[in-house]
This record gives sequence, C-alpha cells and structure tokens, in this order.
Amino acid sequence: MLECIPEGPVEHTTGKINPAKTCQPLGAMYAALGIHGCLPHSHGSQGCCAYHRMHLNRHFRDPVLASSSSFTEGASVFGGAANLKTSIKNVFAIYNPEIMAVHTTCLSETIGDDLPNIIKTAEIPEGKSVIHVNTPSYHGSHITGFSGMCKAMVSYLAQADGTTKKSQMNVIPGFVNPGDMREIRRIVDTLGVKMIMFPDTSNVLDTPLTSKYQMYPDGGATVAEIRDAGNSEVTLALGSFASHDAAEVLQDKCGVTGIPLKLPIGIKATDDFIMAVKDWFGVEIPASLTLERGQVVDTLIDTHFHYQGKRVAVFGDPDHVIALTEFLLAMGIVPVYVLTGTPGKAFEAEIRKMLEDAGITGSKVKAKGDLFELQQWIKEAPVDLLIGTSYGKYIARAEDVPFVRFGFPILDRAVHPLMPVVGYRGCLRLIEQISNALLECRDRDCLDEDFELVL
Amino acid sequence: MEKVIGTGTERKNGNHVINHLGEYNIGGDGWELERILKEIGHTVNCVLTGDSSYLDIKNLHLADLNLVQCHRSINYIAEMMETKYCTPWLKVNFIGIDSTSQSLRQMAQCFGDEELVKQTEGVIERETARIAPVLEQYSKILKGKTAFAIVGGSRSHHYQYLLRDLGMEMIIAGYEFAHRDDYEGRQVIPTIKSDADSKNIPELHLVADEKMYQEAHVHLNMSKEKYDELKKTVPLNYYEGIYPNMKDGQVIIDDANHHEVEVLIQTAKPDLFLSGVRDKYIVHKMGVASKQLHAYDYSGPYAGYNGALNFARDVVNALTTPAWKLITPPWEKTEEPLSETNA
Repeated sequence: MLECIPEGPVEHTTGKINPAKTCQPLGAMYAALGIHGCLPHSHGSQGCCAYHRMHLNRHFRDPVLASSSSFTEGASVFGGAANLKTSIKNVFAIYNPEIMAVHTTCLSETIGDDLPNIIKTAEIPEGKSVIHVNTPSYHGSHITGFSGMCKAMVSYLAQADGTTKKSQMNVIPGFVNPGDMREIRRIVDTLGVKMIMFPDTSNVLDTPLTSKYQMYPDGGATVAEIRDAGNSEVTLALGSFASHDAAEVLQDKCGVTGIPLKLPIGIKATDDFIMAVKDWFGVEIPASLTLERGQVVDTLIDTHFHYQGKRVAVFGDPDHVIALTEFLLAMGIVPVYVLTGTPGKAFEAEIRKMLEDAGITGSKVKAKGDLFELQQWIKEAPVDLLIGTSYGKYIARAEDVPFVRFGFPILDRAVHPLMPVVGYRGCLRLIEQISNALLECRDRDCLDEDFELVL
Repeated sequence: MEKVIGTGTERKNGNHVINHLGEYNIGGDGWELERILKEIGHTVNCVLTGDSSYLDIKNLHLADLNLVQCHRSINYIAEMMETKYCTPWLKVNFIGIDSTSQSLRQMAQCFGDEELVKQTEGVIERETARIAPVLEQYSKILKGKTAFAIVGGSRSHHYQYLLRDLGMEMIIAGYEFAHRDDYEGRQVIPTIKSDADSKNIPELHLVADEKMYQEAHVHLNMSKEKYDELKKTVPLNYYEGIYPNMKDGQVIIDDANHHEVEVLIQTAKPDLFLSGVRDKYIVHKMGVASKQLHAYDYSGPYAGYNGALNFARDVVNALTTPAWKLITPPWEKTEEPLSETNA
C-alpha cells in the first residue's frame, strides 16, 4: 500500500506525512480514565471527543466514556463558557461522576476560553471535583496531553496535611496499558510498600465481563488517594515525557521528593525501579523477584542467537522507545533507526547517549519525526525488524520487514492491553515477541531444505 | 554394504568422482562443501549420509576416491570398500580454514592432475582472501579465549583447527563414543582387544569383487609408481587420531559423565563449551557460553570457508551477548564489582 513512497530523502519541513503521534486530548482523556469515578470531558465540538473515544476503544476494546461541550457555530464564535457550565451541571445531574476531568481542544484553545475561570463559576455539587488541562494539539502530542492531565491531578487535588510524611510512595506510571499498571502494582506489593498510583487504568480498561455494566468501574486512583499523594514521602515518576512534570509539581507543591525514572521496560529499567524502592524504603528484595529477574537473564542467554546483531527500527512514544532501546541494547540488538513523533530534543540526546555507550555508530535518531521519513530510511538501508504501533504495519508490508507491535495504539491485534511489557515478566514477553517475529520470518522465507523443526 | 552398495551401474560424468563419507550435512555443511568441490572440478557422487539417495548409495562404488570426514562413524564403510573394490580413501577435515585448504590440496594430489591442482589453488586463494577481512574482526574478539569440546565422534578433533584459525584453543577435548584409533591413530587397531563394544556392528567378511575390484592406482588413474610416490606425501587410508594435534597441558577425556563435566568447567573455566543440547543449558546455568556442535544451534554451515565465518560470528555473539553482564541483580552486588567470566 505504501509502495509509492519515493526512495531517497524528500525534505518536508512543513507538515507531517504518516505521523507517529496523535493529539493532546487523547492522552488527557486516557489519563483521566485512570481516576476512579471520573468522566473525562472534551471541551470542544463533538468530533474530537468521538475520535478520541473511538481510538481508545479500538486499542483497549473496553468501554470509554467521555462527555463533550458540543460546540456548534455559536460557541465557536462567542466562546464555549456557556457550553462548559451547562455541561458540568448536566453531567453531575445525570451521570453523577466523582470528578470531571476537562481537557480543551484546538477549537476552544484557538478561541482562548479561560478554563480556570469558567470552572470557578460553574455549579459543582458539594464533594465533587472538576479539574482541567489545556491541550492544544498544535503543540506536543498525546503524551504531552497525558502529562498535562497528570499535572492537573496534582495541582488541583494533591495536598500536604502538614510537614510529616506518610511511609508511602506515589507512582506515576506514564501512558502505559492497564496490564502494565497492574504489573507495577504487583511488583510494588511484592516489595511490601504502600503505593498510590495515579493515573491507574487497571480495573477500568481491562474489566471483566459479568453481565452487569458499571459506568464507573472499580478501578482508578480515587480523588482521596490523589489528594493523599501530597502526604507521601516520594514519587517515582516513570518516563520523562509523561510523568516527570507531575512529580515536579508535586515536589514543589507538597514537598514530596520526586525521583525521575525510565518506564520499567527492560531488565535495567526494572532494576532501577526496584532499586529506587529499595533505596528509599530499605526493603529487602523478595526471592520471588530475584527469581523472575534470573529467568530473564536465562532466557536472554538461551535465545540470544535468535536476535543478536539484528538491525532494528523502533518508533513510538518517547518514554516507551527510550526504555525499549535500552532493552534492545541489552539483548545485543542494533537499533539503527529510533524515532518518535513527540517533539523533544531530550529524546534524541538520551537515545544517542545509550547508543554511544553501547559502541553503536551511524544510527538515525529523531524526535518529532514521521513514518514517511522512517520508511525512507528503511528503503535506504533495510532493517531486519520493525517495532512500533499498528501504523508500522504498512511499512512492514511495503518493505517486507517482520514487525512487532509495541506501544500505543495497537488497533489490529487484541489482548495486548492486558499483557504487561513492564517488569521482568514484560521482558519475557518482549523477548518472545521479538524472537518469534524473526523466527516466523525465517520459517516463512527459508528454502524447504532449510526449514527446521527445532530452532 | 551387504545389500545396496555396488548394485548400481550409473557412474557420474567427470574425471574426479568422489564420495564424501561421514558428512552429515549439519546446518548445510555438505552443501557448502559441494559448492567448493564443484567449483574446483570434482564430481560429488554421494554425500553419505547427509545428502544421499538410495540410488546414490547403490552407485557408491562408482567413485574414484572416498573422502572420510567423520572417521568414527564411517571408517567401516571406507575400509570395506577398500577390501571389496580397493577404492582408496582419504581422511579429510573441512572444519577450519587451513584444514579445508589442506584437505583440498591433498585431494588434488590424489588425482595427479595439474589442471585440478591449479583450480584448487585458485579457489583456495579466492576464498581465503574473501573471508580474511571479516574473520580478522572476529578474531580480535576471540583471540586467547578457550573452549571445551565434548562431542560424539570426530568434531572434538576437527574444531581444534577452526578454533586455532580464530585465535582460540580447545583446552579440553572429549569424545562420547570414540575408539582408541580415534585418539591414537589407526596403527593401534591390530592391538585393540575385542570387547562387547566392538560387537555393536555385525562384522561382514568381504572379499574382492570379481568385476569391480581394481588396484588403487587404477582408481586414481595413475601409474603404480606414481601412486607409491603419492602415498609417501598423502596419508591415504590412514587417520592419525586426535593425539598429535593436542598440546601439552591440554586434556582429553573419553565418554565424560556429568560429574566430570561439571568439575572440569569449575576448574578450567573455559570461555566456550561446545557440546550438545543436553549439556547446553547446564553449562549456561554455570555462567559459561555454550554452542551446540551437533545441531549448531540451528545455524550453519560451519564447514568450509563460509562456515568459518558463520562459526566465528556465532561464537562472538555467544561470548559477547550483553546478558552475561546482567547476571547479578543490583541488590546482590557488593561494593566490589564482581568479575564475571564472560564480561
């Protein structure tokens, strides 16, 4: 389908072709779903809201509810204040959420609606909350929107009830799947440390089918928990693009020490996460985690010849790609093209540093890139494997490259939101996926006489 | 030998028709060698048993020279063909660059054909020049590393040459089912006492074939005098065993058991363990890299010139894979950084 992509560099300084990101409100909406009893609200016309819900539905295959300010021509001209106030009143009256998390859209941003003031003058029932984040999509990406909503949770809700801190930690998990959040909780539970995780979409976007529909599922960080996050000793912020800002705000606002970490994808990043908990709380690492880690090392040694030295192209959200690149290097894989659609020079610097430390030269690394350019790179010098979101499947097909789906969104495969890529178990899953993609390619393409039962 | 070999009548075209006995085409070894042999101008009659058909085996006797790769498994056939047809056989080793070249040169000498010698030298020069630059890169990493090989019949000998080509040494070599002649050379055969093990294979009592028996020099299309000269420079119908190739201080172990393997790894601490899949994972658990030499970890070929490159690449990967540095969890690390064997 993308055979018509020309070979050789084509400069396109304005606009993106085949973008590797989506817009801010989607990230804000996803983060908001990680608050218990929250109805995300899209302050704009209905199309934006519909699109973002649809995209989340397609990825998670679970209900995603959100309300909209339903702008029409009038609101577009005169501003959306009246729409938002009516929305807040109606939503609490009819759908009775604990909290509404409002994000803007390009339209309301262009109008310049003053969200804080509109919210202040809105009728909010006693005990209920409304928070907001500005999410203009002509800036940043869905990750920026996610990060913004996390900050809004902190700036609106978190409070320190004095100077003494509770022996508990906050974890801001980043834009990861509910299965990942569930796994992070399992690891922290194993370590025996009390944790407040926000947002937390486990039990929200991975709920069981019981024949009883719950508009607000059991999961999500409660407003009370997020408020109590201000009393924690420490915040582990997983991913510099999605989580670090909120941790910083929490540190400034409530004096909670923020520790910036990578997403715990890969063995080293998971080590760092566990060591951060150990170092802060002085807990012993249980044998069960040592065992899980050892299984990863064992699997890496036993399977290295499936993937070692392979040239790989990776794209996706920056925090995911940074952590995955680190793991690919630990697997002995050569990341030759590393790209994210989200802007941020820090991404390029961090990846370049890792490649340099691993003695790898000549790789192309780019933030704010697009898939058109990635495909041109692949045409110029092919890769053995492509890793990225579902949008990579067109490149994989056109360039005949095996493909591992990773990150957000994955629209053409199921079950992945429940299967963690974080932690040591996530390592095993990634090794399996990468190994299998390469071996399936070998099995498909090899001559009859090279077709092996055992590999 | 009893029912099939010798029942065919179709000799393949070519002046230098050879059988490749004891070549099992693991990982495509046989095909890599066929590529080289054909390029030189040999006609491969049959690769027994790595790539042979019933028809090929029927025609096995219609070759001028038998090559013996795995001495242990196939010397019986070579010897019986010698008795029945007087076909000369040559112990070859196509594992390793220098040993491949040497085997090819000896083969050329066997036919006493100047054109064949020229072709052989041409192919050797071209192939070795082609692989040298890549091999040099691999050798930089592998230089000084040590290996164990505990493999079935012949590979523990053959791979010593390839490892040396790469700057490595096989410090411990073991066979699982070798006989004394595989260790000491064929001259000990008359002194070997028959025991239960020698009776594994039914003994055939063959005599010279009435029609097909012809003197060895006739097989090789040369005069008796020339053949006698040849025998002085090329060890026809002979295998010297593993002993002469091993250096002082290196160990040979016969039919090693688990306990012996474990103790040897702990005491001699090799960088690489070459064996089969049953040992592979045990050795990994001990923190030592391991390659399967029976199945090549489903890679290959490892024979011939391309094989040397593949083997070097696979060994470099096995020794340098970053996971070796990840063995100790950070919470178990002491202040002193632990030295890890393969780091």
